[in-house]
Amino acid sequence: MTLQEAKFEYLLRLGDSSLIIGHRLSEWCGHGPILEEDIALINIALDFVGNATSILAYAGQVEGKGRNEDDLAFMRGEREFRNLLITEQPNGDYANTIARQFLFDTYMFYLYEELKSSKDETIAAIAVKSHKEITYHLRHTSEWMLRLGDGTVESHERLQNGLNDLWMFTSEMFDMDEVDAVLIKDGIVPDLNKIKASWEKRVHEVLAEATLQIPTTTFKQKGSKEGKHTEHLGFLLAEMQYVHRAYPGAKW
Amino acid sequence: MDDAKQLEAFEAKIASGAKIEPKDWMPEAYRKQLIRMMSQHAHSEIVGMLPEGNWITRAPNLRRKAILLAKVQDEAGHGLYLYSATETLGVDRTELLSQLHTGKAKYSSIFNYPTLTWADIGAIGWLVDGAAIMNQTALARGSYGPYCRAMVRICKEESFHNRQGYEIMMHLAQGTPEQKALAQDALNRWWWPSIMMLGPSDDQSPNSDQLMRWKVKMESNDAIRQRFIDRTVPQADFIGLTIPDKDMKFDEKTGHYSHGPINWDEFFEIIKGNGPCNAKRLKARVDADKKGAWVREAATAYAAKQAKEKQVA
Repeated sequence: MTLQEAKFEYLLRLGDSSLIIGHRLSEWCGHGPILEEDIALINIALDFVGNATSILAYAGQVEGKGRNEDDLAFMRGEREFRNLLITEQPNGDYANTIARQFLFDTYMFYLYEELKSSKDETIAAIAVKSHKEITYHLRHTSEWMLRLGDGTVESHERLQNGLNDLWMFTSEMFDMDEVDAVLIKDGIVPDLNKIKASWEKRVHEVLAEATLQIPTTTFKQKGSKEGKHTEHLGFLLAEMQYVHRAYPGAKW
Repeated sequence: MDDAKQLEAFEAKIASGAKIEPKDWMPEAYRKQLIRMMSQHAHSEIVGMLPEGNWITRAPNLRRKAILLAKVQDEAGHGLYLYSATETLGVDRTELLSQLHTGKAKYSSIFNYPTLTWADIGAIGWLVDGAAIMNQTALARGSYGPYCRAMVRICKEESFHNRQGYEIMMHLAQGTPEQKALAQDALNRWWWPSIMMLGPSDDQSPNSDQLMRWKVKMESNDAIRQRFIDRTVPQADFIGLTIPDKDMKFDEKTGHYSHGPINWDEFFEIIKGNGPCNAKRLKARVDADKKGAWVREAATAYAAKQAKEKQVA
């Protein structure tokens, strides 16, 4: 695998995760539990869409086949998407959304912290900007973990259920393959084992403070790195891509 | 001071161009009218998130998706801002929302129409926000301080929304024949509702002298409508779209466009609740409120626990 191929693949992993979780968050628009949360979720969705746009634009340049960010977002199929499985999981109730967001935000926080010192200048620049945003996102979701975990009996139960259901999707965040190996060697991306240690520490701390249990699920579902997704992604893409695909070549 | 003297001082203050602030004396009718208007405006902002939010997940490219997200976020922010401004009159947001949910309070009739295609997002920004700005820039010169200041800020953001809507329409109108057809279709469906959203014509909605004198209402509905039409018709011409009114023509003598008859029956039906989306919009708001109840309870319970811990410590 060449450096260029590895970089393209890695950028898709980053960009697709942001794009898909941004899509999920945007589904809350107008339906949030309180107006302040509607504003927060739309704002966070916007940050993710912005991050995805920068990363996919760069992916297109790295690939060098003339594809731009929109070609990559709207013209690839289910098997070509590289987003983490957790990002495509449906919103469920608010506790489920918060659980998903907390697990993913924590991952992104430590990953982008490392990417800020990437040897690739563009990745480093995007990471600097995004890390500022992610810091706010993580603060927001961590606060909600505490409110729901240590709020009422009902909120505690809902959040614990959400965590239990999503736990099987967390281990693939830290799986590495040849793509990582090639890029780690050149100092472009971090070793995910390092991220994993920080992630576990933070997640355990917040769960403990929120009076929640670490799920005991041992099954680990993976596949996103080979484009093997859950059944949810196909529907999400059908919705996201249909206007773009229905008018080939149109400018918007 | 007795009421008559207070009223005299109040009216003199308004006549001098000064603003009325929350702690100032005000007639009960003034307070009630403002609560009605401001909460109706706040409700319109949050109900208005629904027809536009309907297209966020399907926006045709990433740039449009980001712009639409930012726009809808602005609308939510306007809602929050306006609820807070209304609270300065001594009513809280929970009460105002319950009035919305029970159908006691109204919101703008326009949001009871469906957004059927992507072009509707352009039409809303261009026409609906364009009409709203005409009304709101006038209201910014009103007498109640918190509402005027809210209007100044809101109008700035709405003018961006208006331009982005027109820009969407311009791209569509200059695009493929299919895109141009989408734009014309959206204009056909949104034109009449947009000019109706500015309210019944003056002969059906006589302006109370009192509300004008108190600067709660600044201009008549027909005057605002005329300004909107005069501004919008040339914009349609410029991008090659046709206003769906065969009687629309420029009157050299008056310097204004004159329009054909407006179907007010449709407007009043929608106000009564019989529009294509009335039930759907209200249900979405009521459902969000119900589904969010346990979240709000949890936040309150957690805050209470924290406060108690702090006391102990």
